[in-house]
Amino acid sequence: MNRIERTNDFVVRFANVNGTGSASANNLFAQAIFKMGVPVSPKNIFPSNIQGLPTWYEVRINEQGYLGRRGGVDLTVAVNGQTLIQDYNEVLPGGYFLYDSTKKLPEVCRRDDMTEIGIPLTELCNAAFSDPRLRQLLKNIIYIGALSFLLDIDFSILNDAIRNQFLKKPKLAEPNLQALEIGFTYARDNFPETCGLSVHKSNATGDAILMDGNSALGLGAVYAGATVVGWYPITPSTSVIEAFERYANLFRTELESGRKRFAIIQAEDELAAIGIAIGAAWNGARAFTATSGPGVSLMSEFLGLAYYAEIPVVLMDVQRTGPSTGMPTRTQQSDLLATAYASHGDTKNVLLFPCDPKECFDLAADAFDLAERLQAPVIIMSDLDLGMNDHISAPLVWDDTRRYDRGKVLDAAALESMPEKWGRYLDVDGDGICYRTYPGTHPNKGAYFTRGTSHNEYSAYTEDSGLYARGMQRLLRKWETAKTLMPAPHEKTCNPDAPFGALFFGTTSHAAYEAVDALAEEGFEINTLRLLAFPLRQEVIDFINRHGQVFVIEQNRDAQMRMLLINEGRFVPEKLHSVLHFDGMPITADTIRRQIKALLPQLSIPHGQKECLPGVTP
Amino acid sequence: MTFTRPSFRHPSQPTNSLGYSRSDYEGTISTLCAGCGHDSISNAIIQACFEIPVEPHKVVKMSGIGCSSKTPAYYLGKSHGFNSVHGRMPSIATGANMANRDLIYLGVSGDGDTASIGMGQFIHVLRRDLNMTYVVMNNGCYGLTKGQDSATADKGSKSKKGAPNPFESIDLCELAIQLGAGFVGRGFSGDKQQLVPLLKAAMSHEGIAFLDVISPCVTFNNTSGSTKSYQYVRDHIEATGTFDFIPLQQEILTQYEEGTTQAVTMHDGSVIYLHKNANSPDVTNRRKSMDILEAEKEKGRLLTGILFLDPESSDTHEILATSLSPLNTLTETELCPGSAALQKINERLR
Repeated sequence: MNRIERTNDFVVRFANVNGTGSASANNLFAQAIFKMGVPVSPKNIFPSNIQGLPTWYEVRINEQGYLGRRGGVDLTVAVNGQTLIQDYNEVLPGGYFLYDSTKKLPEVCRRDDMTEIGIPLTELCNAAFSDPRLRQLLKNIIYIGALSFLLDIDFSILNDAIRNQFLKKPKLAEPNLQALEIGFTYARDNFPETCGLSVHKSNATGDAILMDGNSALGLGAVYAGATVVGWYPITPSTSVIEAFERYANLFRTELESGRKRFAIIQAEDELAAIGIAIGAAWNGARAFTATSGPGVSLMSEFLGLAYYAEIPVVLMDVQRTGPSTGMPTRTQQSDLLATAYASHGDTKNVLLFPCDPKECFDLAADAFDLAERLQAPVIIMSDLDLGMNDHISAPLVWDDTRRYDRGKVLDAAALESMPEKWGRYLDVDGDGICYRTYPGTHPNKGAYFTRGTSHNEYSAYTEDSGLYARGMQRLLRKWETAKTLMPAPHEKTCNPDAPFGALFFGTTSHAAYEAVDALAEEGFEINTLRLLAFPLRQEVIDFINRHGQVFVIEQNRDAQMRMLLINEGRFVPEKLHSVLHFDGMPITADTIRRQIKALLPQLSIPHGQKECLPGVTP
Repeated sequence: MTFTRPSFRHPSQPTNSLGYSRSDYEGTISTLCAGCGHDSISNAIIQACFEIPVEPHKVVKMSGIGCSSKTPAYYLGKSHGFNSVHGRMPSIATGANMANRDLIYLGVSGDGDTASIGMGQFIHVLRRDLNMTYVVMNNGCYGLTKGQDSATADKGSKSKKGAPNPFESIDLCELAIQLGAGFVGRGFSGDKQQLVPLLKAAMSHEGIAFLDVISPCVTFNNTSGSTKSYQYVRDHIEATGTFDFIPLQQEILTQYEEGTTQAVTMHDGSVIYLHKNANSPDVTNRRKSMDILEAEKEKGRLLTGILFLDPESSDTHEILATSLSPLNTLTETELCPGSAALQKINERLR
């Protein structure tokens, strides 16, 4: 048997039953590797359930910093009887299978191409601890202790992490530390020289942080000065609001009075959630809501009102697998069409695509500036993978000289000094963006009646066709302005003459970069563009025009980004090739690499560029 | 076409203590049907705001969709207004109120807008006790779509189409009392004497003040078989008692006979004097208020006036303990934790 022998480059998968405390134990494992300076990417694959169903936690360890899902498992920790056989069979040849040997493996588990590591977790746990509730939790800690020996994880880091975790309840730390020790000792005594996988200390993480995207979005909103939140609970967006509340309580509680400089309203549904955000934004507060696909559907009517009445609202969409309830706890990038053109009538909305926690933080802060500058809804498109899993990320940065861009707002003095009659929807600057006022600003100037029905430049009701059409044309002018304000895409050019480009966004990026690197090693050169926003900036149009063929990589079935590109960029559809993944699991580099390789032979390459393509017959 | 009112005003028209004349509280000319009850309510709102008095620009007027929701254009032309989407006025009001606690929030809605499409938002804005006045212009039908029965149409009531309504009717006042609204009243668009003080008291209440105003639809629901016609309401109306609303720091000019008057002091110090006769109920007791509403209903009577009043009620800002400074006035200084705090967060995440 060829044992897999690797250092700082392998995948560990934990198979657990949800509701048994495995999440915190597994988290401890990922944290320890991160603290050893080795890039780590944990993904929680969980059911829409609170207790009793299978859940997996997949940890990729990769010193080169490839953080997308790799695919394949080198070591499985199997503590869920329900999925034991499946977990057993999915280990890669040469891999390792750690299981609770208190019970014998079923007869069907007979592989001789991998190493079985049987540790009697239940027996060891029951012998050492008597409290039945603690036993369940500590069984998880025992396997972490065993992994510490098997994978050479610094035991003191685990020890410190547990002491930190129970800083306020040191008594609880003791049994946890004991459980770690039990696991470590058992593995050392029974499985020396057994495991070929190893973690060595490294500096590869530099000053990086480990954070989930939802916390970064919530924190970004605190830094951006958001004060009013309307929301309705929905996985996977709920923790955005929880994070906002946690940080706002910390930073926005008045010292003297204990009063809060923010208001969070848990609404009766998503209709009200966004209504609250729109009402507050209209009244001059920075306001937002967070939701997922089904919530976006419910919010669509209000999004149309905000677009047409020109109200700056921020919506954070943490996408999940649809349609309908779909797979509510799995990831996808499948709300692109539902958000870009959300609502009835002619609407177009600004979308932002963060790919890691730092970008969640940055784009959350930018979203409020953009919304107020454009007086329009701005939608941040995160997803479950980014939102609910920990990701390695560059540290968060805030420039203390930064000022909020509140956009075109007239105060009492400005109204007083205006030579001409003010019109709420009068485009005096020619950029499609008009001046607004907040209620209560001036005793007799600047009041207007906001409405979703047709209005003239002074916000008075009208059913004049020409006035309506003029207003709609102006909104298009504003859309053109929006293009110039969007964050620029990230381009990586490996060969300026390469005929191939790849375009991707959000969490697809990590796997896409890895796949493109792998293809480059095989001799296929592909330039890349990572999209950060919709509408499309000129750079995006230029990138696609510059390349003969462009792969559009995304995590949905219907190639929604490709549709947006064709629609907004007027590209020839034949030059945009879809690389799709939509099974609810995060996309892997291998999937992308294989799909691109399968497409290559069919692609017609302009003459003179084929030398970039070893092995491909044009 | 767009209607505007001539700007000429008689130079000697009276002004209130803030120096505003009644015309300062007017809006554009109504485009509703001649004789519509809603126009009387708009007029009562103008009168109430003039009398309280409030500064026009300190009022925020909001509505949903429907005939009633068009009315904010017809009063308070110096106020900001928001004609939102169907049934969603309460969420807009909630957000607006959270953004600036210092303004006066006046929402109007209809029976379709509130009792059907907006029922969820209605009951939840009551639950959260938002500091606003919520007026339903209740005509028992959908006027703007030509007269379909609404959920407040009484069972058996006949609209212009002639068929008796076969469904149970929703009593918004009972719902409001049950869900904890601190001020619940019912008025009639044809009784300005009662409606103006009712509005003044409601607007001075801290927390949610709900007013159900029966407002006949002259075009689709003013028939002899309708229970929301002018004639029917006039024949079946019963009041909880007369009352005066005395705004803060104003001299009480009328003396009331001992034992016949109950004074209820509102949060801002203003007082409502409820004049009782032998049969009038104690409107500060929630259970009794529910009982009396049911009892009058059994008798086929429509009870108007203040139906329930809780002078101790709170409001959303107090429940959430938000800053006394309006949230929309806070700047980077108060809101942004800054880079030093972010460094500490980074440290904890390493």
